[in-house]
Amino acid sequence: MLGEGILKGLGETARNFAGSFVSAERLTTVQYPEERIAPIEATRDFPFLVYDGEDWQAGMRCVACQICEKECPPKCIYIVKSTDKKPDALGKPQIYPARFDIDISVCMSCQICVEVCPFEAIKMDTEFELSTTDRFGGLLYDKKELSKSNEHYHKVHPTEAAEVDARLAEEKVKADAKAKAVAAAAAAKAAAPPAAAKPATPAVEKAAVVAPIPAAKAVEEETKG
Amino acid sequence: MSSSATDISVDLAKPPGWNRPPLIEPDGEGELLELAMGPHHPSTHGVFRMDVALDGERVIRLKPVFGYLHRNHEKLAEGMSYLASMPFTDRLDYMCPLTNNWAYALAVEKLTGQEVPERAEYLRVILGELTRVVNHASAIGFLTQEMGASGTPLMYAFREREKILDLFEALTGARMMVNYMRFGGCRVDATPAWLAGVRKVLDGLPKFADEFENLLCSNEIVMARAQGVGILRPELAVNAGITGPMLRASGVNYDIRKVDKYGIYDRFKFRVPLGDHGDVYDRFMIRLLEMRESFGIIDQALKDIPGGPVMDPKAKVRGFRPKAGEAYGRIEGPKGELGFYLISDGGPNPYRYRIRPPSLINLTVLEDMCLGSNVADVVLIFGSVDIVLGEVDR
Amino acid sequence: MIEKADQIFILLAHWLVSFLPASLQHPAMVLLGVVAIIATFPAIFALTVLLERKGLGRMQNRYGPNRVGPYGLFQPIADGLKSLTKEDIVPFNADAVVHFLAPVLLVVVVFMGYAVLPIGRNMTLVNMDAGLLFFFAIGASSELSVFMAGWSSRNKYSLLGAMRAVAQMISYEVPLLMSSVAVVMMTGSLSLNKIVDAQNQYTYGLPHWYVFTPWGFAGFVLFAIAATAETNRSPFDLPEGESELVAGYFTEYSGFKFALFFLGEYVGMMGISGLGATLFLGGYSAPLKMLEVVPSWIWFFAKIMLAMCAFIWVRGTLPRLRQDQLMNFAWKFVLPLTLLNLVVAGMWRFMGDGWLRWVVCSAVLLGAYVLMGRVGMRKENFGPRSYRYAE
Repeated sequence: MLGEGILKGLGETARNFAGSFVSAERLTTVQYPEERIAPIEATRDFPFLVYDGEDWQAGMRCVACQICEKECPPKCIYIVKSTDKKPDALGKPQIYPARFDIDISVCMSCQICVEVCPFEAIKMDTEFELSTTDRFGGLLYDKKELSKSNEHYHKVHPTEAAEVDARLAEEKVKADAKAKAVAAAAAAKAAAPPAAAKPATPAVEKAAVVAPIPAAKAVEEETKG
Repeated sequence: MSSSATDISVDLAKPPGWNRPPLIEPDGEGELLELAMGPHHPSTHGVFRMDVALDGERVIRLKPVFGYLHRNHEKLAEGMSYLASMPFTDRLDYMCPLTNNWAYALAVEKLTGQEVPERAEYLRVILGELTRVVNHASAIGFLTQEMGASGTPLMYAFREREKILDLFEALTGARMMVNYMRFGGCRVDATPAWLAGVRKVLDGLPKFADEFENLLCSNEIVMARAQGVGILRPELAVNAGITGPMLRASGVNYDIRKVDKYGIYDRFKFRVPLGDHGDVYDRFMIRLLEMRESFGIIDQALKDIPGGPVMDPKAKVRGFRPKAGEAYGRIEGPKGELGFYLISDGGPNPYRYRIRPPSLINLTVLEDMCLGSNVADVVLIFGSVDIVLGEVDR
Repeated sequence: MIEKADQIFILLAHWLVSFLPASLQHPAMVLLGVVAIIATFPAIFALTVLLERKGLGRMQNRYGPNRVGPYGLFQPIADGLKSLTKEDIVPFNADAVVHFLAPVLLVVVVFMGYAVLPIGRNMTLVNMDAGLLFFFAIGASSELSVFMAGWSSRNKYSLLGAMRAVAQMISYEVPLLMSSVAVVMMTGSLSLNKIVDAQNQYTYGLPHWYVFTPWGFAGFVLFAIAATAETNRSPFDLPEGESELVAGYFTEYSGFKFALFFLGEYVGMMGISGLGATLFLGGYSAPLKMLEVVPSWIWFFAKIMLAMCAFIWVRGTLPRLRQDQLMNFAWKFVLPLTLLNLVVAGMWRFMGDGWLRWVVCSAVLLGAYVLMGRVGMRKENFGPRSYRYAE
């Protein structure tokens, strides 16, 4: 009969109208900024640099390997390596970034920098209310603004942060064990005739410096696994 | 700028080929009214212009003009690594980023011969079909918005879309620009909590489809506006290379999921709806029916999804250099056949990166469909092609 | 007490006017009535605009405006201020006098229609014997203002839009009139007060409203369709649709003139709803005898608001009809049914009281409706379809 479809449509709309007063399913508006949707854990907005401990400069995990700079699709990262070394969180001297700038207005939150970083140094933050009135530099974040503590990382991405910490602890254990083994071997060699002592000492240093890189390779393999 | 020997007048405001004789004869005498519809379009599909010549209310000539959203994607990809192009594929057909990712990953996997673990395939199917649901619901919503139903069906479609976008965010980290598929699998595994979330959303979707159908399908005004309008004959559709719901609405049985059986689609039972008339009503009903079929596929995938890794263990993220060769990977995207053609020369960047955009190819028959219709129908026919300018212009 | 509540405005007016000398009292009463109408209906317009936005919002699963004032109650004030402070652009080529007069004419004409509506007991501003005729004559003049708007803009597209709008309004005038002629036939008078009086009787507590008879129900439905088309509301709002190419007749208007067009449209809607309520729904009479404690003017406004809610509901659900479909619908469907309705009304009168006339009249109307529906749909070759599947 003519008009039946129209009546069905009118009924549907009336049902939605009445339903909007009784069920939240039919009135899905969230009155931002007074109400907010519960944040989803995996969300990603813009990168930040992770540091361990209290001091952001001493504890920064980044060693300025520039892998993220090369892989970034819109090329929004700018790194300048330092000329000196500073001890990192494990106590070993590492180069660090003298400059680490990310232009947030160019960054497209693709997370490739996080994927390729071998040192778990850069992660994605969840802050999106970042408007600024400074048109020229307001969205260009430097090293200091980008550094946030590991506690912050735990707060925004608890599961991920827990996994990363577990992995880093595991690597530290492995690295320590390896260093101990190398040191023991070197000590054993040193106990031998003193003629062999000289070449032994540089070997100990090299072993200590070489240690972090195998840990990094292990991280890479784990990321893909 | 005309040479006297051959009368080629170049009118920069009009598109090339404008001055050829029209395909149908105007009824009355007098000049044709020439109009440019767009690029600030009355309907919601993006920056797109149609130059139409009208005889009274009838369309005599129509030329689509696009390129307003050209962002140089294909050339940029030649300077970036394969992985770096992945986030840019999200931005092609920005309503369906996951299927774009999948098509690209498929093309690269064909190039390198990588294996994809089973769990990843199941996840790809679930996400692909969820994307299809989102796209078809929004397409129908936008079409009814253009018919003048002041946004009510659109709001219902977007209510469901929000739930699905929340699912995407929980898994991939972003609602739309997901950057999720990788060559050899998916970037991140799905937790059981996420799969339970999909099940919960899926349980509410058939009710939404029923609501939509009730609101629209037997509505006499929708039938009057959409039936018999913008008819596309199957021979023309096949000759012009039309794919997707437009082709199936004209009655041609061609669904790449059934033809190529890419991924693990041969394990799922689903039907392909076909239309008989090829008009606007058929196109939008086919989309609605395909949405229902997608619900069934997601249901089957959720039941059968195995455990295991989601990424090929031999895959390399950095230093990825496929051997020299070429590959064409295509999928049944929600808008049609989305294909990526890659030529590799052994280096880290592709030598040639070409996208087959379904929206662009489906637009080539716009004039043939609109000839002789009213101006009010042109907007509807254009909406029923369901394009996204990001894909048309890349 | 009930009497006092019912006649409160009349008593108030008499009291105010008693301060003036006897010769001025009658003009002063009339003036007070005019002022009352001009004050009340725009206030209800503001309320209706807000109701529309919130109603549409709720139908679409969202809130309507709710930021300006509690529940968005001050939104119309904000809208009014916005239209007042916008720049008033008159196109260079436009005919300035006609361009200015078009919205003025619209507003004047729609307010004049209220003069004959019986808003409550003894509350008709001008008690004319041919009130219905006056209302329709005045209502037709609103179409003139639409054409003036399109013509004065000197814009090809506005003119086309205006001509389409005028064609639509003229085609739907005929069914509008024809459906009310049935009421006139049954009452035997063109005076709106007499029509309300004829419906203001009760049998077993149920009123004698014309909508409760078969011919009255059909007439009411047809009147509603024609009224929707007259006031350019969805689904007949192609002339002012935003997603159509050819712009509407009020494209060239900005600022307060646009607000006046808007005001004119809604006040016109309320006027024609008032007329529909008077003709079919018993005007100011209460639905049940015992509910007569509620003052009559409250019932009248309640019926108008009900009609407005129906308009909003239909707008939120239905898409637009295309121009030619709209005209086809008017001439080939609505008009024949209104003519048939006249015949059925006559049959009703001649059959005398009893159950037989109910059965016969309902059967004739229903049969005709279904038949015309089927024929119309088959001719246009549309109907629900079923789809085949491939495996």
